[in-house]
Amino acid sequence: MNKKIVKLKIKRRDKPDAKPYWQEFTIPYKERLNIIACLQDIQRNPTTQSGESVNPITWDCNCLEEVCGSCTMLINGKVRQACTALIDSLEQPVILEPMSKFPVVRDLQVDRSRMFENLKKVKAWVEIDGTHDIGAGPVMSDKVRAQRYALSECMSCGCCLEACPQFSLTNNFMGAATFSQVRLFNLHPSGSMLKEERLDAVMGEGGITDCGNAQVCVEVCPKSIPLTESIADIGRQTTLQTLKNIFMK
Amino acid sequence: MPKRKKKIIVIGGGLTGLSLAMKICERNAEVVVVSYQSLKRSHSVCAQGGINAAIDARNEGDSPENHFYDTVKGGDFLAHQPLVRDMCYQAPAIIHLLDRIGVAFNRTGEGHLEFRRFGGTLYSRTAFAGATTGQQLVYALDEQVRRFQHDGAVETLEWHEYLGAVLDSQGVCRGAVLQDLRTNTVFTLAGDAVVLATGGPGQVYVRSTNSTVNTGAAATMAYLQGAKYGNGEFIQIHPTAIPGPDKLRLMSESARGEGGRLWVPRKAGDARPPKSIPDSERNYFLEEKFPLFGNLVPRDVASREIHDIVYNQNLGIAGEPMVYLDLTHKSKDYLEDRLGGIIDIYKKFTGEDPKDVPMKIFPAVHYSMGGLWTDYEADGNGMIEHGSPRNQATSIPGLYAGGEADYQYHGANRLGANSLLSCIYTGLMMCRGIFTYIDNQDKSVDDIPSTTFGDARNHWESRLNEIKAMKGSENPYQLHRDLGDIMMGNVLIVRENKKLEKTIREIDDIKTRFKDVNCVDSTDWANPTPSFINQLYCMIELSRVITKGAIMRDEFRGAHYKPEFDLKQPSDFDPHEYINYLEKKNYGEVSEKAFPEGHLEYMKRFEANNENWLKSTVAEYKNNKPEISYEPVDTSIVTPRPRKYD
Repeated sequence: MNKKIVKLKIKRRDKPDAKPYWQEFTIPYKERLNIIACLQDIQRNPTTQSGESVNPITWDCNCLEEVCGSCTMLINGKVRQACTALIDSLEQPVILEPMSKFPVVRDLQVDRSRMFENLKKVKAWVEIDGTHDIGAGPVMSDKVRAQRYALSECMSCGCCLEACPQFSLTNNFMGAATFSQVRLFNLHPSGSMLKEERLDAVMGEGGITDCGNAQVCVEVCPKSIPLTESIADIGRQTTLQTLKNIFMK
Repeated sequence: MPKRKKKIIVIGGGLTGLSLAMKICERNAEVVVVSYQSLKRSHSVCAQGGINAAIDARNEGDSPENHFYDTVKGGDFLAHQPLVRDMCYQAPAIIHLLDRIGVAFNRTGEGHLEFRRFGGTLYSRTAFAGATTGQQLVYALDEQVRRFQHDGAVETLEWHEYLGAVLDSQGVCRGAVLQDLRTNTVFTLAGDAVVLATGGPGQVYVRSTNSTVNTGAAATMAYLQGAKYGNGEFIQIHPTAIPGPDKLRLMSESARGEGGRLWVPRKAGDARPPKSIPDSERNYFLEEKFPLFGNLVPRDVASREIHDIVYNQNLGIAGEPMVYLDLTHKSKDYLEDRLGGIIDIYKKFTGEDPKDVPMKIFPAVHYSMGGLWTDYEADGNGMIEHGSPRNQATSIPGLYAGGEADYQYHGANRLGANSLLSCIYTGLMMCRGIFTYIDNQDKSVDDIPSTTFGDARNHWESRLNEIKAMKGSENPYQLHRDLGDIMMGNVLIVRENKKLEKTIREIDDIKTRFKDVNCVDSTDWANPTPSFINQLYCMIELSRVITKGAIMRDEFRGAHYKPEFDLKQPSDFDPHEYINYLEKKNYGEVSEKAFPEGHLEYMKRFEANNENWLKSTVAEYKNNKPEISYEPVDTSIVTPRPRKYD
């Protein structure tokens, strides 16, 4: 591999309803380059490999250290964050594409608002009496805390949904990220007070029973969140809830 | 006072914006949260180590009063004291609230909150959620705001940028000019008050621990519209970050709070692998120089020491500008549980595991103590009158600021784990005062002629059109890099007047080159370039505020280090001597013999320096440049004295 330059092939689209097209770029190699640094390099010299002046690439990013979840895209076909994708470990030309399961806004930028709408559907929050000072929170074992923390690291990046064979642009499947949040809040002593409402929300259309158990979600999660455990756990919780609904209502 | 519900526009979806929005919803007013990106992705997520509150869970004798003292001392006594004290007294309630809304704080064996050590204090005062505390706090507050959103109480305008305030003929802020970052259309939003919770300006330096959105543009826009900007020259350089070509990634102070040690090989240029260097041949420079605080000296002190080790003593690792941050003596399980988040970051970006090999780190621009000048009202008992409309008010009526965007709380140097606190504290605290402000208005926003809004919109529309039409030869992204290089060169840890004067001239060159910018993208859908060029304009103006403030402040205070004005504290000096000296002075002449040799002279120098320089810097935009004046600091609670950490 020629270390002096980096070759990139980028799938572009000017507007949501416009046709996508490809462009190739060559930038000088530097140590520790990641995809964001490459895209920034193109901003400073927006010229394709063939010498054509073009608009710089549009993409989302913010923290550049994989905690904000912004810069998810397909890199050599694999969904991941661009900030932690280091050139030294990527085959060239590096192929960049926007995620395919969310509507494209422009170039590599997509609209992930569906993820946040799903969080509303499952009431992914702890209902509190108010923000005034009413003393300490509930006592909780550190073991439960550790379990919750692992789930709470979900940055709504969308990797699990992009990889999921069940999740598509046109259906309303909620996906692993959402199910895992149900588990997170059902594990909290006061959060569990909305447990039944949350379970009801994932028992309808697009809910947990639509999961085909492909188990790819957990493989692509950049935060190693135990998503398949969450799915299994919510599966159990909803089964119990179904029985409860039959006998108690 | 309007009969309808009050309407408040909150710019920014980080910790300050979210906590304020939550509070406003609770008080049954209308709130619009404007965010440059999706909520949940703000820079607050980058905060790692924790949030301070003197709950004294470990029975060490800590108290909010100690927290207050450590904070003003850490800030070299440049912070207005009643505000700091009120914040420290509110801190335990804030932690409890965060715990109640579900933050996964680490816990003790009995299931209570766990606390750890942090810099600038001897107490375990920092509550934490692994090493991604900021992220966890943002998520929990975001969830509360989403809950209100679900109930229809809050409107969110994500992917919208704040361009400026709508000012009426009296100069009162009546709303905000916004740009939709998808359609690129400009419009105005009327509100009874506007709050800037827009974070810090790290992008002025380009490479820092900050996120890409941290341009400081919103606060700078307010400054350009006439708001005062305070203490701009006080930029915190964090001692421990991973050097990198695009970003200097933070390695949390909590690494040292959990026992991490800084060291370099004793022999210059020693290129042996770190694990093969025996303890006796390692220089644990902070522990040696500061036996009391050790690796947990405040950030300004640690960064200066690293700079000294690397550049004056030439002891950087293998001659490079780096030192070791070593955690390898701690158990792997412990590190994974307490610091997993930063260990992952280090591994992903360097390929090395800090559990096995010491990290290589260097200081990086991290936080701005300075920001928009904001007011407050003390209650006369060393606390804040929470209902006062003056709290967090900028000098433009109706325009408020909080979080990193304001200049309060941290003085000349911020202590670790106090930023999450000041962000949430300001967000929660300012709510009542804003309501009072709205109630006190004779004229409401409903009485303002629509032309005021139309004019503001037209102004910004044509401004962006002008930018789009710029077809010069300078690439704006490259120009930004060049500005960053200039600022990194001379407005960092060590500051010298000659170099700062040169920096001002270099910034002027950048300003000239800006006129020749080429707007490399002039399309009209989701086009970030015109917006970036406008932000670049702001960053250039803000770099002038920072640099001019630095030139004029001829002293050494906190993060602002001018070696020329170092007061040279004697190594055996005890800060209590200064209190003793002040008392003796009250009773008449102080004899030279009352103190060890050289100490009286030093204390006189210290006293004289405080008379000259214990004051806030205030920059105002006049005649197209920053005009600097100074204001007294409220030191009514503890007497400013020399800092000492050894």
